Amino acid sequence: MSTATTAITYKVPKRRHPVIQFTMTQPLGAAGLVVIVIMAIAGFFAHIVAPHDPLDLDFGAMLAPPSWEHWMGTDAFGRDVFSRIIYGARTALAVGFLASLAGSGLGAVIGVASAYFGGRIDMLIQRFMDILLAFPIIVLALAVVAVLGKWPVGGLDVNLIIAIAIPMVPKVARVVRSSALAIREMPYIDAARAAGYGHMRIIFRHITPNVVAPFLIMFTAFIAQAILLEASLSFLGLGVTEPTAAWGLMLSGASQEFYVQAPWMIIFPGLAISLAVFAFNLFGDSLRDWLDPKIKL
Amino acid sequence: MKRLSVLLMVAATLAVSAGGAYAQKRGGELRFAVSAEPPDYDCHAATSFAFIHPVRPHYNTLLKFDEPKYPAVKGDLAESWTVSKDGLTYTFKLRRGVKFHDGSPFSSADVKATYERIANPPEGVRSIRKAAYADIAAIETPDANTVVFRLKQPNASMLTNFASPWDCIYSAAKLKEDPKFPLRNVLGTGPFRFVEHAAGSHWVGRRFEDYHVKGRPYLDGFRAIFIRDTSARVTALQAGEVLAEFRGQSPADRDKLVKALGDKIEVHESPWVCSLVVTFNTERKPFDDARVRRALSIAVDRWQGAKALSKIAIVRHVGGLLRPGYELAAAEKDLVQYPGYGRDIKKSRAEARRLLKEAGVPNLKFKLLNRNVPMPYTHVGVFVIDQWRQIGVQVEHELPETRAYISNLRGGNYDAGMDFNCDAVDDPNLQLAKYISADRSPINYGRYNDRKLDALYDQQKGELNPAKRAAILREFERHALNEGYTFPTIWWHRIIVHWKEMKGWYMSPSHYINQDLQDVWLDR
Repeated sequence: MSTATTAITYKVPKRRHPVIQFTMTQPLGAAGLVVIVIMAIAGFFAHIVAPHDPLDLDFGAMLAPPSWEHWMGTDAFGRDVFSRIIYGARTALAVGFLASLAGSGLGAVIGVASAYFGGRIDMLIQRFMDILLAFPIIVLALAVVAVLGKWPVGGLDVNLIIAIAIPMVPKVARVVRSSALAIREMPYIDAARAAGYGHMRIIFRHITPNVVAPFLIMFTAFIAQAILLEASLSFLGLGVTEPTAAWGLMLSGASQEFYVQAPWMIIFPGLAISLAVFAFNLFGDSLRDWLDPKIKL
Repeated sequence: MKRLSVLLMVAATLAVSAGGAYAQKRGGELRFAVSAEPPDYDCHAATSFAFIHPVRPHYNTLLKFDEPKYPAVKGDLAESWTVSKDGLTYTFKLRRGVKFHDGSPFSSADVKATYERIANPPEGVRSIRKAAYADIAAIETPDANTVVFRLKQPNASMLTNFASPWDCIYSAAKLKEDPKFPLRNVLGTGPFRFVEHAAGSHWVGRRFEDYHVKGRPYLDGFRAIFIRDTSARVTALQAGEVLAEFRGQSPADRDKLVKALGDKIEVHESPWVCSLVVTFNTERKPFDDARVRRALSIAVDRWQGAKALSKIAIVRHVGGLLRPGYELAAAEKDLVQYPGYGRDIKKSRAEARRLLKEAGVPNLKFKLLNRNVPMPYTHVGVFVIDQWRQIGVQVEHELPETRAYISNLRGGNYDAGMDFNCDAVDDPNLQLAKYISADRSPINYGRYNDRKLDALYDQQKGELNPAKRAAILREFERHALNEGYTFPTIWWHRIIVHWKEMKGWYMSPSHYINQDLQDVWLDR
């Protein structure tokens, strides 16, 4: 009796740089990332990139249509729309990033704590989250802005960031809690308890790192939502104030009076908001697909 | 020959009157838009156009403005009047046969009770214009049709005060029963009786059939429709749902309506007795320093700003403390001599920088408190912030909602504030009240006391000679603008667009007057 042996050869796939890997597998997400990076660079270096000072009033060029001098025309005060959009990117991305970071971060901590402690604490936290979820996002943000007022720090309104962050908390908390519930049952958590580790150590050292993937996905997706919410609140007069360059603000005030006469006053800020939201959504969705092992299989 | 001339004049007058009488048509309901609605019904406590537009048609006042001849006054419930030579006694003969809407007769007792309520409000009653009648020493009623006001000192604005649209004449009997009766009830002698106020929706008045002016009002009634949103209001006007809106339109809305409706509408424009002023909180540093305040005032190019902003906002006129065009206001030759009104803005800004440096604040930073109402507050706010940027001053624009804005302004919780100065009529006593000392004026939000301004104010108030009064006013203006506690930016410009079928309404520099609708009719 002879035994036939078959040699199986494994080809170890060449390990590509994660960015290249992401670009190859998620081209739409990569395109979104490119748009985000361009906007971030333009916003950060706005003082170099913008052809005009966004606050300069030019009474000789009020409501001027797009031209070589003013690529996207001027607004009712003669301010350059293109320069205001570039500076507006700074406001939108800063508020979007910080609000999303605050909302997602707090949501993640609450979600993990809720899952870890379970029982009555979990029940109480989740019912409170239910209450927050019962309010439409814009209504909740409006209420928070109205109650807190303004707290400007370094050109940004901290209370506006808080107002945008709060509606995100319950959503992130729910998603993170469901991931953390599974992790809580893992043997290494029991081992950590048995070793006498404190709650804080178990939560932050052993559970939180394992919920980073859903957190990252929620975080990027909520940046888009935060940008949209900031624009909505500014449009309603509760966000940043004139003469600050901000996309939502550019759609309100004089734009509402002159949109027929000078449509560029609303078209370009509207496009900027849409493009930013679209880019963050594409990137967020692609990141989810890329990080989720179930979808990879 | 002289007799013939008189006869011809009388004949001509009669012909014109007859022609006029035949031209007007009777009937119809006037529908107009109002952007807000009255919180209560008491004229003596009210300040808003949102009140006067629906409420005024239910009331008469002692005098009123002669619409086509503004600022001349004419009798409303007064048939005639005389003023003593020393300016201390005003005697009014009242119309006979006047009735309140409940059928009770009107008499001099009602006038006395009304003005006593305004001048010396009983506890719990709010009287906003109490100060305007502080000079009244006594009110006498020798008979049912005569009322005599005796003053402590002459007051050049007294007749104008008696024409105030806010001084609705109330029933003495009702006030005796309850001094707060007007707060929740509408009972006047005006051309229209009150029918209903549907909160958030509309206000309706119907013709008072026993109205004392024969043949008036022409309208069967009126309906004020409350439309808060500007674009919805313009759309309602464009669609003919309402025939008018009496506060004012923006230049953009005017152009939109003219383009859409062409010769179906009439457009009236006038300088407005309204200005936006910048007030500094003089209790806060560095605004206690006149050099800083003056620097910030002279850095503003009012001439260029007025020209440019008039294209996008309801502001247009450069003026001092009184409305440009008003007979006692400063002429342009006087204005350009005042700080902040020079034509050479480069020179002014160089001086402004020098003053700030001298005061030790070359890189000044502060917050400008402004009202969260775009037209024209935000527009003018953006403009002055830009003007200040040009002398190196950085300003943060704070735009809280109206309640917080007013509370911060009144409470002194601000650095600099954009304030408004709007009145029912051109009158130095009213317009200058904002500039006199805080311990005398509740509307001085600058929190300063300046006895020189107070003395000049009192002097002009008692001066019955217009030329002498104008000279005092120039001195007042010069001192106020040198100190710069509060300075005017740009005066408003009123634009009214209404359908041509509404006749008999007259444009005025104030959105508070000419609103009793007595002579308005519909050409249908």
